[in-house]
Formats: sequence, C-alpha cells, structure tokens
Amino acid sequence: MSGHEFESWFPDSGGIDYEDTATAITDATVEEMRQIAARYPQPRSALLPMLHLVQSVEGRISPAGVRACAEVLGITTAQVSGVATFYTMYRRRPGGRHHVGVCTTALCAVMGGDHLLDRVCDKLGIHEGETTADGTFSIERIECNAACDFAPVMMVNWEFFDNMTPAKADELLDALAAGTAVKSPRGATLTSWREAERVLAGFPDGRADEGPTAGEASTLGLRVAREKGWRAPDAPPPVPTPTDEASDNQGGAA
Amino acid sequence: MTDVLTPVLSANWADERAWKLTNYERRGGYRALRTALGQSPAEVMETVKESGLRGRGGAGFPTGMKWSFVPKDNPNPKYLVVNADESEPGTCKDMPLMLASPHTLVEGVIISAYAIGCSYAFIYCRGEVLHVVRRLQQAVREAYSAGYAGKNILGSGYDLEVVVHAGAGAYICGEETALLDSLEGRRGQPRLRPPFPAVAGLYASPTVVNNVESIASVPSIIDHGASWFSSMGTEKSKGMTIYSLSGHVKRPGQFEAPLGVTLRQLLELSGGIREGHELKFWTPGGSSTPILTPEHLDLPLDYESMAGAGTMLGTKALQCFDETTSVVRTTLRWIEFYKHESCGKCTPCREGNWWLVQILKKFEAGRAESGDIEKLLDIADDIGGRSFCALADGAVACLTSAIKYFRDEFEAGMHTPAWELFPYGRSALFEVADEREGAHA
Repeated sequence: MSGHEFESWFPDSGGIDYEDTATAITDATVEEMRQIAARYPQPRSALLPMLHLVQSVEGRISPAGVRACAEVLGITTAQVSGVATFYTMYRRRPGGRHHVGVCTTALCAVMGGDHLLDRVCDKLGIHEGETTADGTFSIERIECNAACDFAPVMMVNWEFFDNMTPAKADELLDALAAGTAVKSPRGATLTSWREAERVLAGFPDGRADEGPTAGEASTLGLRVAREKGWRAPDAPPPVPTPTDEASDNQGGAA
Repeated sequence: MTDVLTPVLSANWADERAWKLTNYERRGGYRALRTALGQSPAEVMETVKESGLRGRGGAGFPTGMKWSFVPKDNPNPKYLVVNADESEPGTCKDMPLMLASPHTLVEGVIISAYAIGCSYAFIYCRGEVLHVVRRLQQAVREAYSAGYAGKNILGSGYDLEVVVHAGAGAYICGEETALLDSLEGRRGQPRLRPPFPAVAGLYASPTVVNNVESIASVPSIIDHGASWFSSMGTEKSKGMTIYSLSGHVKRPGQFEAPLGVTLRQLLELSGGIREGHELKFWTPGGSSTPILTPEHLDLPLDYESMAGAGTMLGTKALQCFDETTSVVRTTLRWIEFYKHESCGKCTPCREGNWWLVQILKKFEAGRAESGDIEKLLDIADDIGGRSFCALADGAVACLTSAIKYFRDEFEAGMHTPAWELFPYGRSALFEVADEREGAHA
C-alpha cells in the first residue's frame, strides 16, 4: 500500500512484551487470583479482575502474569493474551506512578480537551501513550468517561478531575510531581495507578468514604427543584434548606 | 399535572454521606425490599410491568416484559446482570447515581433478582471510574452485613449473591451480549441474536441485563406503587428519569423529570446557552442518537416523540453545542470514537468506520473532493444495519444526521479547513493562547 494516501496500519497495535521477563508475581499473588476466581459461578469470569491484579503487581500485563492467569483458570496463554489485548485499560508497557487521562471525545474535545492534552504533553515532555523517564507520569488520550456535565474532564489513576483548565492541569501535575497529597474533587486522595488497579481487582483500599456525595453539577436539578418547591407526587417534603424561604413556592408549574 | 422536576432517584444526592447504608435507611431505604419479600416474585414482576418502566439504557424496552421472557421451565440457574458500563459519549447519569447512592441500585438489584428468581447478580461497572467502584463494593458489603444480601435474606429463605465486577475499558461492553462475553472472561464481542440473553445469556443460562437507572427505579416503584410511577410521564413513556445536560450551557447538570419534558424547559432551568452564544445542535441521548437542532427544542423528550423526529431518546444525554462548534470536527471525533471502539467482529463496522475517519479528516482539513459527501453516505449505508450490534447503527446515525442538517459545512470542507471556519479556541471554555491547526491529530 506504499504511496497510498490513507493509513493502512494500526499505529498503536502491539502485543505483550515477551522480551522483558522480570516479574513480581509471587505465590501470594496466585493465591489472590484464586480468591477472585472463587467469587464467580465459573472461574473464567475472573479473568478481567485478575488482569487488573496483574497490573497492580507488575505495573503492566507481563508474560508471567499472563501465565499465572492461564494456570489458575486452566486456559491457554493465548486465550489470556487475546483478552488482555482487547481492553484499553490493560497496558503492554509499564505505566507511570500516576496515569493521566485527558478526555478528547467530541464534547470534551470541543470544550477544551484538545488543548488540555497538548498542554499536558508539552509540560511533561512526552506524547500520549508514553511514560516519563522517571516513571512518574504516563499520559493517555481517553474516551468519554461519563462526566460530561463536568467537561472538560481529566482523570488521574481513574479518579475524576472536573471542569479542567490549563492552569488547573498545571497545578495538578506540579502537585503530583512534588509528591503532595492531591484530592479528586469527586473521589479520594490519590494513591497510585497500581493501587487503583488493585481496587478494580476487587480488593478495597478503605477509601470509599472519602470525598463528597456528589459534584455541583450532579445536584443542580435537585437544587432547582427545591428552590421551586417541585417534587415527585406523594414524595415527602424536601429537607428545608436556607434557599427554600426565598424561593417561589408555587409548585406544579408544569 | 406533575411538577417540572421530580427528584426520586436523585432525591438524596445532596445528603451528607448519602452512600452509607444508615443514611439510605433513614430515608426509607430497603423498605421496598421488605415489601417485595412479602409478595410473591410474580407479584413484584407484575407491579414493575404495570408501572410501564422502560429500559433507561437507550433502547427503551419495557423492563417488566424483559423479565417475563425468562423461561420458567429452564433448569439452568438464572442471572441478573446490571449494565453499569456507562460509556456512550455524553452519557453521565449512572455514575453520579452510583457514586452518591449506590444502595438505590443495590436494593433494586436484590428486589429485581427476587422477582426474576436469580441466586446470582452481577453489577458490571466500567473500570475507569475508581471511586464509583469503591462505593459499589462498600454498598454491597454493607448489604451483606445487614442481611439484605447473602443467605436467607431477612429471614425470607431467599438467597442471593451480588458481585461487583470492574470492566477494563471497552465501550462495546455496554452492548448486552458483548457485556456477557466480557463477564465470562472473554473479549467483549456481541453475539448473534437469537437466542436472546433471556433464554441463553451468561453461561448460556437465562439472563436479564438491565441498565443501572432501570434497576434503580424498581425500589421506588415497589415502595409507591405502579400507578404512582405511571402518573408521571406521557402516555407511553411513563415515570421519572434522569436527563443529563452538558456542553455549552451556563449550568450543566443532572435533572430528574417526568418523561416528556422538553429541552427548552431544561435549558431555562440551567440558565440557557452560555452568554453571548446560541444553540446550534444537540443530541437527545448520546452520540448514537441522530442530532437535532433548535427547531426541535419543544419536542417532548420521550421515546415516541424522539422516534417521530427521526432520532431516539437513547440515554437522555443532552449534549448542547453552540454556534462556535464545527459540525465536521464534532462528527469526525465521534466517528473516531466508533472506529476505536468497534470490536472488530463485523467487517462493515470495523472497516467502514476506519474509512469514514479518513474521509472525514479530509473534510476537516478542507481537502475533501466533489463526491466525498456521497461517498460518506454510501459507506454509512453499508455499515448501518449490516452488523451484529447497534454500535454500527449509532456510528452512522451521527454522521447522516449531521449531513442532513449541516450539509453546507461538509461542502465547505471541500475548500476551507474547519479550524478556519470555526476557530477551535472559541468553542473552548477557557482562553486559548496558541491556536493550533487541527489541534487533535
């Protein structure tokens, strides 16, 4: 296809790195894999969480991790690799301590996500898909992360960072680089990407009670309803808030 | 006449620590579960049927009817799977629900599983939302400790295991049969139907797959009754639902209203389009639902009216774009999404979206040629309806509707780059100092 004006290859394709045989998988990891498998009526259902566990231990999907999954589940390494290469959250090369995602699906992109991604890449001196030399950051262009009312959105270690601007992105990256504690506006104090992966494997880190119930945008309709005195039929009266007194209480304006 | 907004699912989202079991119970949480367990599973199913609840994940299929398709005489175990893979561009209602009030979903899961006759239920949540997964995991643990899940629930003799399962990044797993393959530990690729999941789903056993909001609506239906639920909404679109307003609006956010509210009403409540700008186009329910324009502002946002306007209610993800936005750029970005997220199983979708992206890039750069609009439509025609699942149909829906309403912008793409016609910095919410050409690629 040389000379053709269209791309005929997948620039981001690539399998698991079988050259790098280093591993941190231990008997304890394998035991945890068995625990995951025991949650399901059929053990193979555990494969996705098991691969999250591999990432938490190895910082990537390693050949040893693939073998361990295959052995625990009694399937082939090809079957495990086939699954690992299908899902975008599984990394074939090591990610950073902090994995930064910038949403560039249409709505976030239009509202500033494209510029944010440029800014983050410039600041860290790497391209999307790469990891900084010191292993602190990796960057990924992410797709819609279900927080569009907080656009433009960034994620760090799969925690929300809402209503982002270049200045806020700078501040966030500086704080993370300095090792300062950073709180997600709708989540917990950031841990590391690997620790996040362990939670996704089903091993809680005790941080569920951190952070707020909801963000501002999430409660907008509720607040408007309270101001207007609107509610569902037969619903108990809303909990009074200071703003209720000042609002018009007509109700039923529909 | 019901009020414009009717918070039910979102009623406790402003509560302090609403995600804790005790706070949920204080508001009457798990009362519906006790009511349901005092009835036969058939009675619970009948109430949900009568309520007129339709699937909130996009397709709008009646939830109670979906449950009733599970064969009674099938000897295999039955499963309930909650689709919490919320990934449709623009869609952002299930995540705040599970973050703020995971017990609303968990209670719904237990009641629904009881009605269907399952002893195993799964909540398949996308993996990229760490804190949502944390809150779900904790809510399920709390439910077990309180005797709402596990063996002999509240002394009723009913047993149910509930498992929170984190996905790993694949939009396609929001498609119910792909989700089931994924939950079986495979690549998430859709299955040919029939057989439908109700007959042969998870592990080839009868399975019900429902959206988060559908299942979360069940406790309120059991608590207040079917006629309470159906007193809200329109003739065929019953109940309250969560609308997600995003984009170039003054105050984006979640609005819970009876089905049939209009975008004009919701825009008024959110302060309208950002200062000095006007609405150009919008999606009623995510990027897979054909776009609409300001002329559709007064259409009721219900299943029938949206179908009547040639689109779909979808997930009620109302993404609003103002006049600074390039339709070509936006469409390209959506098609890039579908190209990336095509699972690769069906050739028309896998290859077709690939070609669409490359042709749309020419439009964006002002290098499209005469006949390229027809070529886009021709390829779209070869993708839509020719693949296993709705991803392909969704992809072409945004493209064909964009050409239908904004053909002139595609024609302009034959001589002028989109970033010259619509300088991209003007659409951003912050000042952009260094304007770049084709900033995305």
